[in-house]
Amino acid sequence: MKIKLIIGAALVALGISTSAIAEDYVIDKKGQHAVIQFKIAHLGYSWLIGRFNDFEGTFSYDEKIPSAAKVNVTINTASVDSNHAARDKHLRSPDFFNVDKFPTSTFVSKSFKELGDGKAKLSGAFTLNGVTKDINIDVTHVGHGPDPWGNYRRGFEGTTNLNLADWNIPFAPKLGPASANVELYFSFEGIRK
Amino acid sequence: MQLKNTSQYYGLVSIVIHWLMAISIIGMFGLGIWMVDLDYYDPWYHRGLWLHQSIGMVLLFLLVFRLVWRLANPVPKIMGLWWEKLVAIWVHRGHYLLMAVLMVTGYLITTAYGRGIDIFGWFEFPALLPADKGRETTMGFYHMILAWGFMAYIGMHAAAALKHHFIDKDITLLRMLGINQNKEKKEKHNED
Repeated sequence: MKIKLIIGAALVALGISTSAIAEDYVIDKKGQHAVIQFKIAHLGYSWLIGRFNDFEGTFSYDEKIPSAAKVNVTINTASVDSNHAARDKHLRSPDFFNVDKFPTSTFVSKSFKELGDGKAKLSGAFTLNGVTKDINIDVTHVGHGPDPWGNYRRGFEGTTNLNLADWNIPFAPKLGPASANVELYFSFEGIRK
Repeated sequence: MQLKNTSQYYGLVSIVIHWLMAISIIGMFGLGIWMVDLDYYDPWYHRGLWLHQSIGMVLLFLLVFRLVWRLANPVPKIMGLWWEKLVAIWVHRGHYLLMAVLMVTGYLITTAYGRGIDIFGWFEFPALLPADKGRETTMGFYHMILAWGFMAYIGMHAAAALKHHFIDKDITLLRMLGINQNKEKKEKHNED
């Protein structure tokens, strides 16, 4: 008891509130328990699925005040990977993501609303190719709890649909009418700080 | 005309490889510039790249053979002043180096994910280096710079050949066209 009190006092003295510690998560990049994937129609005949392999982010979530949840994600656009060398070279070029000019894409949340039944709506500013627009993301709580190695983890998944025409992608109109939209899917597992 | 070079003339093999590669490489430059701007729905969108990769690999094999052939043959005497000879020999060596680097960068683009290159549907040449995602973009940049650089380089080379032909009036260009030897022999006969 005494030790706990001393630790508590020390934390207060350092200006760290224990509740803030409880809420903040870092996306598990090291263990790669996170994915950002895109899915787009190829000619309207099948799906092309690709990923951004390199990104990092944090989120905060408190079950008592979920509306205060925040998410911050930064994607390294050059890490685009559709499992085809020539296509990925093209995706990095000014025809698509122009990665020399816009090396990062970011998402900064603005609001989070629980819809019940494990669903939520996340809104925020998404920046891609130098364009910043507010987008809405359908979020599902996946799970949370202690992991076997001494940390506490929490995970979400989400989807959103983007219209390529909104994001300054010169090659987009050439992909044809079936490929006007791209679906983004993510799954993030955060480790509590 | 004989197959091998002599200390005076190029043999048939050297001449054929020289012109075959010259025409192919200039064509490959045009194809490369053209294909990267094709529309996604253009019938040549995939075929253009496939052709570029296939021809490129054949050129790479040809270059290896050419280097072996060059080392196994005498080099015909270079004409000109001492410093012109020195420049000529290094410009020639520069051709081999530039061609090799240009072709290898192209190969490294396509094999960046550890997959081989299909050559005209005949067979697949394997990826010799391990996959290295992202390499295709850096190598793509070098490939483009080297392609433009090599076009400037062969422009200089062609200008030098024309200078030999029209100003120095020697047989440098003619012997690479393989049309000089009889004339030269005749002159020799007359001297005899």
